[in-house]
Amino acid sequence: MKQKKTKHEFRSNTLPALITVGPVTLLMVLLIAVPLIYVAVMSFCSIDEFYNVTFQFTVQNYVRLANTDYLRIYAQSMGIALVTTLICILVGYPFSYIIARTKSRKKKILYMLVIIPFWTNSLIRIYGWRNLLGTSGWLNGLLMKLHLVSEPVDLLYKQGTTILGMVYCLIPFMILPLYTAIEKLDGSLLEASSDLGARPAATFFEVILPLTSGGIFSGSLMVFIPCLGYFFVSDILGGGNSDVIGNLIERQFQSGNNWPLGAALSIILIVVTLILVKIYQKLGGDMDALGV
Amino acid sequence: MGKIVEIEGVNKIYGTNHVVKDLNLSIEEGEFLTLLGSSGCGKTTTLRMIAGFEEPTTGTIMVEGERVEDKEPFERNVNTVFQSYALFPHKTIYDNIAYGLKMKKVPKAEIKKRVCEMMEMVQLSGFEKRYPAQMSGGQKQRVAIARALINRPRVLLLDEPLGALDLKLRKQMQLELKRLQKKLNITFIYVTHDQEEALTMSDRIAVMHDGIIDQLATPAEIYEHPATKFVATFIGETNIYDGCITKIDNGIATLTLENGAVSVKCPKDFSLLEYATISVRPEKMKFAMEPVEGFELTAQVKDYIYVGSVLKCIVSLPNGNELKIERLAGQELPEIGSRCFPYWEAGDAVLIHNESHYIFEELNNIRLA
Repeated sequence: MKQKKTKHEFRSNTLPALITVGPVTLLMVLLIAVPLIYVAVMSFCSIDEFYNVTFQFTVQNYVRLANTDYLRIYAQSMGIALVTTLICILVGYPFSYIIARTKSRKKKILYMLVIIPFWTNSLIRIYGWRNLLGTSGWLNGLLMKLHLVSEPVDLLYKQGTTILGMVYCLIPFMILPLYTAIEKLDGSLLEASSDLGARPAATFFEVILPLTSGGIFSGSLMVFIPCLGYFFVSDILGGGNSDVIGNLIERQFQSGNNWPLGAALSIILIVVTLILVKIYQKLGGDMDALGV
Repeated sequence: MGKIVEIEGVNKIYGTNHVVKDLNLSIEEGEFLTLLGSSGCGKTTTLRMIAGFEEPTTGTIMVEGERVEDKEPFERNVNTVFQSYALFPHKTIYDNIAYGLKMKKVPKAEIKKRVCEMMEMVQLSGFEKRYPAQMSGGQKQRVAIARALINRPRVLLLDEPLGALDLKLRKQMQLELKRLQKKLNITFIYVTHDQEEALTMSDRIAVMHDGIIDQLATPAEIYEHPATKFVATFIGETNIYDGCITKIDNGIATLTLENGAVSVKCPKDFSLLEYATISVRPEKMKFAMEPVEGFELTAQVKDYIYVGSVLKCIVSLPNGNELKIERLAGQELPEIGSRCFPYWEAGDAVLIHNESHYIFEELNNIRLA
């Protein structure tokens, strides 16, 4: 009897479920699952002497990636991402704190200052930096006019320039979760802390920081992961020692014309990302805070 | 006993909003003082100025004889129990209570001893490792009180601390707070809008209205001799009559109301032809079947409401005003709709100066001229 009822319920629910969830599922399968499977399969394929992909199973692509040159670039990419994340925290935290805690209309203006660049194509913005920092750029022009330097300083094509570009592109991803976390902070907790004899610094480390660490955490993940793949930043601003994993992938698909190797690199990047997200979850991170 | 908190000429203005008006208040050491008033009367602002969360626009605040209005909250020897408890959600109950001592860099062993003592005092032993989210409202309340008291403040400020609790728990906590206050001999400044709570707990009550203290007195004085019409209506139930003193004879004034004259005991500071208000508590009101000497009120019995120990009678005057009269249950009563004559013993009613009496004076002057 009971089973019959469940069956009936299932039937009556199937159609609405299909109608509501069906299209989304179809879209996800077509646009995410299928390409991902394609990339995964590709990473185990070989190429012939004319660089055509042949569907012949091999693990050679992965073996090649264990090479120290590749490993060095992974490490370098991680290093760039780490420094970028740290700078984003250091710059983004005070900024988010000010916007979140400002009561006046200034709050909206400050918030828009973060959001508006976010709406502009980042490629264009990065080219903007090139104009600003190049040897014939505005900054050098200004320095020359002020007679602070006698000849243009080469500011481009350095690892630092790549990091600057990364910070610039990714800092909104740090500020937004931080802003949410700080705004949620109950003001009476800060009053209570002060009331109990805590000076502002102690209140910060005892109350504000622990209660907003979730924001720092999700912001860091949101900055760190894209940083591994933002190849155009290091392409446009960076020099020889600022390649990220994204550059390797791009090169294999474009100039290298070795798609299976590029696919293997992509798979590794996905695995690294998944591991990081898993660690984030294990440490108690909130998936909703990531906007996924 | 000396004065522990002295507030002199304090004003607080937010933009165009004058929240606290020229407040003067001095609080004795070891006293339980309640700031009572409806929301927006400036009671919480006053408390927050003592705590240091708000700065007075003008005026001085002294705690233990020292001016504090420019000091930060962490520099003041007062502690606050917040309405929302404001417990640190990421800290255990133990760490919450220990917070103040930790900030004062008290040695760990002493912190431990004092926290354990304090937790025992508020009956929370065994909850050390819990987090605030795992506690009930009443327990959180105790933690908030313990967290403030462990610092041995000279003055404890309580901002509607029982507001979020249910009635039964609130009654219980009222008694417990009073007991704690007596035991520790700490000055309590307590903010509430609950007049019953204020009457139960306080040594003195400051009734605030519109940024001004209307009356500062003991609970009994406030209940029995309200100084203003606001105090009379805000504290407990009462019947209010506005009228003009038309005769003063032998300490008994005759007040002429819209519905007829009544008699009331007249203090010395009232004068003939003054516009004044009478407040009579329902339990002091009586009614007779025959007219009573000195009272010209005639009313109609409207309704009886049974509230346990007493019976509330609602009678209405010819102009539509309703009076509340309390009778002990079980007495014989006139039928609903029948005529009756409300009265009171002249000494049971309170005569109050009416704020608008000067208008009447003006009118009188015109008439006399």
